[in-house]
Amino acid sequence: MAEARLVWHEEVDLEGIEVVVVPGGFSYGDYLRAGAIARFAPAMEAVARHAEAGGLVLGICNGFQVLCEAGLLPGALLPNESLHFVCRQVELLVESSESPFTSAADPGQRLSIPVKHGSGRYFAPPEQLDALEARGQVMLRYAPGENPNGSVNDIAGIVSEGGNVMGLMPHPEHAVDPLTGSEDGLAIFRSLAARARAPVTA
Amino acid sequence: MMRARILIRPKEGILDPQGKAIERALPALGFEDVSGVRVGRLVELEAADTDRLADLCEKLLANPLIEDYEIEAADSEAGSGRRRSGDR
Repeated sequence: MAEARLVWHEEVDLEGIEVVVVPGGFSYGDYLRAGAIARFAPAMEAVARHAEAGGLVLGICNGFQVLCEAGLLPGALLPNESLHFVCRQVELLVESSESPFTSAADPGQRLSIPVKHGSGRYFAPPEQLDALEARGQVMLRYAPGENPNGSVNDIAGIVSEGGNVMGLMPHPEHAVDPLTGSEDGLAIFRSLAARARAPVTA
Repeated sequence: MMRARILIRPKEGILDPQGKAIERALPALGFEDVSGVRVGRLVELEAADTDRLADLCEKLLANPLIEDYEIEAADSEAGSGRRRSGDR
């Protein structure tokens, strides 16, 4: 099994790290815009370099917002249409298993994973959105009737054009044990662990 | 140092739920004929080089994908002839 290590926000060296996970939270109080200030953390420069070199990066919730603000993922996350903070289990549909983040899931598979956010409304301008859909960069969608925030096209998670950076608003790390209602989030981590164990081909 | 005022607002066409919430609350206060409420942000600052403010807006204060911004030079405190309400 892969080993996890915490990276301090001032660290600028990610040597030996195969998969970077930018977690949720409310970095810098979410002042200005969610993720707007965290993207300037020294560690984010290292994350950008890691992504440029083809390294895997997963942004969850606030991490997704940070990656969008940093330009590592297209689009932006706006305040929820309802203006309410939503904290509940949602049903997701796996759009594609053609990514290092979803390879352990099947297309069309339903995943029950919680969301906990106030600014999760995914938005991209029409041309960018069309390109995103045409290139198959949408990995997860809220199931019909489940969209908790007004995200365009029910988008819950996307990958970068290169396919090595993913962001999603739901919290797969909070759906890893039946004790908390679901272990569907494991699909994401199993996909990444399989990739980390795979022999390096480059 | 120059004092500047930066207005940031949601781009046209982007749903602004905050504006909508305010708009919905207005009739209860007797303001039935107010519409098109949009909520943005105002940032006031002092800068030695105002030429760099656009860069500052693009990089941090606004997200150009979803927000428009306007930079205006503010009068010096003493010379301000603008009508103010509330504080001061």
